[in-house]
Amino acid sequence: MSETTTNQQKPTAVQTTGHAWDGDLQEFNNPLPRWWLWSFYATVVFAVIYWFLYPTWPVGSSWTKGVLSATFTEGGKQETMRWNTRSALLEDLQTGADATRQREYFEKIAAADFATIQKDPQMLAFVNQAGKRIFETNCSACHGRGGQGVVGLFPNLVDDDWLWGGTFKDIQYTITHGRNGYMPSFKGTLNTAQLDDVASYVLSLSGEVQADEASARGKQIFEGPVGGCYMCHGDAAKGIKSMGSANLTDKIWTLANVPAATTPEAKIEAVKAVVSNGVINVRTMPAWDGRMSADEIKLMAVYIHQLGGGQ
Amino acid sequence: MTEAESHLYAKRIPIHPRSVKGRFRNLRYAVLALAYGVYFLLPWVRWSRPTGVNQAVLFDIPGRRFYLFDLVVQAQDIFWLAGLLVIAALLLFFVTGLAGRVWCGYFCFQTLWTDVFILIEQWVQGERPARIRLAKQSWDAEKRRKMLATWGLWLLTAFLTGLTFTLYWADAPSLVWNMLTGGAPFAAYATTGFLTLTTFVMAGLAREQVCTYMCPYARFQGAMFDRDTLIISYDAARGEGDAGRAKIGKGAKTLEERQEKKLGDCVDCGYCVQVCPVGIDIRRGLQYQCISCALCIDACDSIMDNLGWRRGLIRYTSDNALAGKSTRLLKPKTLGYGVILTAAVSLLAWSVGTRSLLDASAELVRQPLFVQLSDGRIQNSYEIKLNSKVAQPGKVRIEIAGLPGAELDVDGHNLIPLAAEQRLRVRAKIKLQPDGNLARREFEFVFTPVEGFGTDVIRRPAAFYLKE
Repeated sequence: MSETTTNQQKPTAVQTTGHAWDGDLQEFNNPLPRWWLWSFYATVVFAVIYWFLYPTWPVGSSWTKGVLSATFTEGGKQETMRWNTRSALLEDLQTGADATRQREYFEKIAAADFATIQKDPQMLAFVNQAGKRIFETNCSACHGRGGQGVVGLFPNLVDDDWLWGGTFKDIQYTITHGRNGYMPSFKGTLNTAQLDDVASYVLSLSGEVQADEASARGKQIFEGPVGGCYMCHGDAAKGIKSMGSANLTDKIWTLANVPAATTPEAKIEAVKAVVSNGVINVRTMPAWDGRMSADEIKLMAVYIHQLGGGQ
Repeated sequence: MTEAESHLYAKRIPIHPRSVKGRFRNLRYAVLALAYGVYFLLPWVRWSRPTGVNQAVLFDIPGRRFYLFDLVVQAQDIFWLAGLLVIAALLLFFVTGLAGRVWCGYFCFQTLWTDVFILIEQWVQGERPARIRLAKQSWDAEKRRKMLATWGLWLLTAFLTGLTFTLYWADAPSLVWNMLTGGAPFAAYATTGFLTLTTFVMAGLAREQVCTYMCPYARFQGAMFDRDTLIISYDAARGEGDAGRAKIGKGAKTLEERQEKKLGDCVDCGYCVQVCPVGIDIRRGLQYQCISCALCIDACDSIMDNLGWRRGLIRYTSDNALAGKSTRLLKPKTLGYGVILTAAVSLLAWSVGTRSLLDASAELVRQPLFVQLSDGRIQNSYEIKLNSKVAQPGKVRIEIAGLPGAELDVDGHNLIPLAAEQRLRVRAKIKLQPDGNLARREFEFVFTPVEGFGTDVIRRPAAFYLKE
């Protein structure tokens, strides 16, 4: 106890503020370390410089704009705007070092024809890199990140089957103008037996089921006036590019999930459902003209072409 | 609470080292000249390369390549840097165990730059007594002028140091021009500014405090010392004698007189203390502050020479030698460090010497894992990455092996031309007729150099998926 008393009474070198409460409760005055103080002053100076450079203070319904500005092109017009995160981002996206480098490549792609691009591994490498990003941003919502599509809804872009044509020009046209696939419903036209027959015939074309009497009857319906399927799918059922009608003779099924069916009956059911319901308002691809630049669409045509099986 | 304990912060006592001439001082100037010559001139050395990068030493961060004369270090070779750091650490341990703080005294940039800053200080303000006087002087015109000149020259040196460091990371002539015209990247200004500041503070103001308080090596070097380690030491037996050291005075002038009085050979002139850049008295024995700069040896030797006495009152020696025992050089520790060091150097040299001229890899594209083709075949896609490490263009052939009946489709680019030091990605597709019930088949991508990449065929295993 005596020690405590000594400590309290010991005169100390530290100054007090001069305040006293309850008689003897005093307040030490410990100045901040010098370095701390200078750091604090430095932040004050920094803040003042910042006020002049960047948007800072609210003034009424507006704010102080700062002296920095950013220049960018919008709607074909060059604009200079006071600095803000949006204008700075636009400037960087348009005239930053990476943007400039990317534009060089895009200009090369724009200037070359498809055959030249296809022959040049360097350009293809850029197409693959840039195309992947553009695809993920714009196309993957429907077609999947890898372009694999969804059976029954969105076509697979990785295989070599093309409803609307798989050449560079076809793909470019499809992206630019969009597509609207249509097949009428045969619910009222064909009865269940007839639907069975047509389905058998369609499946026999690719060897999915054995050709038999049912498929022979189906052939009649397909090629005759009752079904009239040949009008869109063609006499040989290989599909017609200009109409977006499917090739029914190959192994690829984009609407009826035939590969997932294990028995012939299930396969027939799957095809029957498509013929019965038709394809109405499910095969709709928007036009990308105006959403993507012509250069981007051209690049995407090459990207999709060599994703799996361009023609 | 005692008075001593209540002061947790000791104010730094400024050190104004006196200049000294001697063989170690000359050796250190030689090292300084060499180090500065290399550091300041290297970024300006040009080197002809087929790729057009003509700077001998260039650390190209955006291009992901380090150029060291004829060696180009690619991003994937960066583990060499780890090897280099391991070697540097081992070398430090090895040398420290053998010869003490040689690094600190002769080669450390803190020592080198402090040396130069002290030289500037001395050139402007004069020798030690003049500097001590100036430090005590009030801020009159003379002091202001001299301090301004000193700090100005320090700042210039610091700026050149910072600028030179920055030049290693970009083409030196164009970077200097861009910096002068305000067109250089922010990173260039920031790096130069930051290093200017740190150089100024560390070499001009902080000095020995960096070694004493900041440097971890200074703190753990004691663990590597033993009684055989070469240290700078005062020969206390000779210097103190039986009756201690004494200044030259009446009856203590010649060696004979002093020996009669049992006085030591140290004349207590204090020169060894005055020249010390870390402000210690070497006569108190080995201290952790000592950076082994050997200036006290030069100081003492010059006094001994003047007196005509034997040199070596302060000298490079070891604890064992001072105690009259023999100094062992081949200690297990030294041998151990030596062996590991040799192994690390050999390994790095082997790795650099046998580096491949071409890197190739093939990754399966897993989205989708496989796709059905209209003719019934299954297709898998692969992303192939090729990386040329040579400065000439070359050609690689891409083939597959171990997958009979498969068709490789690289958009007709089976023979890929690669520009000098080019990195390229190629999309490859493989088509295969399903056979049996196999879900997965293994095969190899074979990359055959056709031109420019030597003769080593690169094989990369890959898998082909036929079903989930």
